Amino acid sequence: MTGLGVTALLPLPVLLSLLGAGAALMLSGRPTLQRWVSTSVLAAVVAIAATLLVVVDREGPQVLTLGGWSSTLGISLVADRLAALMLLVSSVVTLAVLVYSIGQGITDDDREAPVSIYHPTFLVLVAGVSNAFLSGDLFNLFVSFEMLLFASYVLLTLGGTTARVRAGTIYVVVNLVSSMLFLVSIAAVYSAVGTLNMAQVALRVGELPDGVSLVLQLLLLVTFSIKAAVFPLSLWLPDSYPTAPAPVTAVFAGLLTKVGVYAILRMQTLIFPDSDLTVLLLVAALLTMVIGALGAIAQSDIKRMLSFTLVSHIGYMIFGIALATTAGLSGAIFYVAHHITIQTALFLVVGLIETRAGSTSLLRLGGLARLSPLIAVLFFIPAMNLAGIPPMSGFLGKTGLLQAGLADGSALALVLVAAGVVTSLLTLYAVAKTWALAFWRSPEQAHDMTTSMIDPDSGTAAERHGDHVHMGPVTFGPRDLEAARALRADDDPDRDLHQLLLEDALPRRLPLLMTAPAAALVAVSLALSVVGGPFYGYTDRAAADLADRQPYLSAVLGEEAR
Amino acid sequence: MNVSLVLVATCGVLVGTGVFLMLERSLTRVLVGLVLLSNGVNLGFMVSAGEPGEPPIYGSAPTADMADPLPQALVLTAIVITLGTTAFLLAMAHRSWQLHGHDEVQDDVEDASIRRLADADETSQGYDLDDRDQQGDHASARPEEDRG
Repeated sequence: MTGLGVTALLPLPVLLSLLGAGAALMLSGRPTLQRWVSTSVLAAVVAIAATLLVVVDREGPQVLTLGGWSSTLGISLVADRLAALMLLVSSVVTLAVLVYSIGQGITDDDREAPVSIYHPTFLVLVAGVSNAFLSGDLFNLFVSFEMLLFASYVLLTLGGTTARVRAGTIYVVVNLVSSMLFLVSIAAVYSAVGTLNMAQVALRVGELPDGVSLVLQLLLLVTFSIKAAVFPLSLWLPDSYPTAPAPVTAVFAGLLTKVGVYAILRMQTLIFPDSDLTVLLLVAALLTMVIGALGAIAQSDIKRMLSFTLVSHIGYMIFGIALATTAGLSGAIFYVAHHITIQTALFLVVGLIETRAGSTSLLRLGGLARLSPLIAVLFFIPAMNLAGIPPMSGFLGKTGLLQAGLADGSALALVLVAAGVVTSLLTLYAVAKTWALAFWRSPEQAHDMTTSMIDPDSGTAAERHGDHVHMGPVTFGPRDLEAARALRADDDPDRDLHQLLLEDALPRRLPLLMTAPAAALVAVSLALSVVGGPFYGYTDRAAADLADRQPYLSAVLGEEAR
Repeated sequence: MNVSLVLVATCGVLVGTGVFLMLERSLTRVLVGLVLLSNGVNLGFMVSAGEPGEPPIYGSAPTADMADPLPQALVLTAIVITLGTTAFLLAMAHRSWQLHGHDEVQDDVEDASIRRLADADETSQGYDLDDRDQQGDHASARPEEDRG
């Protein structure tokens, strides 16, 4: 132990972000200074998180009890290997997204996203996320959820346009219900065990009658599953995320659901280690994976497609958590870290596509590979990584999880292994379809296809059979036809990429501040693949800590934990 | 632990009406539902957290007779959070009213497109794409509007 020196770092990610939010709000009249404040705060958080990671890995969990109370009375902040890793990955991702949104804000003076509010809210979101990872107290966890949710309500409805208010309404109401459920679960936990300190709860829950502890577990599980978008509690997600500005969607997709996954992981390993709910979790994981992937295939908008793959890949993490073996937990932790970077990178690239080509609809896009090779490369790498093509980190994460499933050996686990492979294939199909349509075909083909979907006699290269339109290996179904008609009706029919290119109405270049963060995240995801071995070593140690429970318990409670 | 039945019943009624109102489509009713629901939950928190007792001020009463101060602090925090949420929902209801003239929750995009598809299937006999296109680009694209 190095004394107070290291533990004093624990509250800093939260404190700095909140102070930064206050400063950014005061500086809203001076945008340049505001940008510097928020960027440097997040850079500092990255540095602190990296230090914490190293220290925690070397010296074991670090605990700070706020206000100098004894650990059972006061609120404690705990950083173990899992929390430190989550903190580091999330702060890197948020820094990249912040720089990206600065780049976006400079180029298009988009009145839909008032910058003066954006920066403070973003920092509050970071504070909430960091606090959730560090919290060692259930009520403190509730407060951090509320912090990040409040920031997310504001970010999701920025500007208050029709689409955002519509999507925001559903998002807000769903999350309100889950917050109320969380409060009910906290009340139940408190009346059952008389404490909210997670380590103490963990010790006392074992003494409860089985029925009572099962009720507590189910209450908490439902609460966190809504946040983590586990099927069937995932239906709110694909509808609400895509309408937000690209960087907001990116940070939501990368982080918010993972906070829920983290909470499930913490709860399942620390408080209810002898879970009766393995079968339930496995079935939920199975349905989440397959239904999410099938949903992704049906989409004709890249943002919506990615939102569905997001849901689908939450299933992999729940799979690892449900197995509850060290290998399964390790795979789940690896997958969370991998998926945060990859999903955020993909949404940032989609933002690039939107800026460069004016749309994210597959019915309009075409020829992006020629139009902007940089975007093509930046999309291709994380897309293949998402589908789990070797030797990238997605492949490593999936292999770890599938091996853990095979080692478990039960029939249901084997079904999940099969489902994991199928989901991976379906994801590959979904991203390959996106690639073929948005990047590979020419803008003229895109124009012809969409036209022929509306008007079968236009004499274009696409073939029409009944409800479907074929072009090469790609088929559009009746839903896409409907979407094509809606597109044509909603706005100017000439706004597809072909026409825009003819008129030369698109921005020629992308700002460096947008491409650089996206490229940096892609590089981080590649780096995760390169250091896959040592990184798996770290997640193995983290998973062993979780499975053992003792490091966490004795760090928080001292000798009391025996 | 003795629990006042009146409080439990009140909590149940509040939660029940709250949930019922939250199922409505109008955002204002959802808001009222939220207020009732959160009051019910907070009341339930207080009831479940232990027996009532003397004010928990050090030295004013024997420790054993005091009420547990922690749940009160927690519920106070929850009330403050609900206040913020209520304000936000009110603002959203107002914005929705500004935009649409009402504050009803809209269908989600998938739902709406599935409904349009169902409409299109219903009329597939008389649903001729060629005819529609001759009527002009913009009007032809929405089947349900044409039929109505």
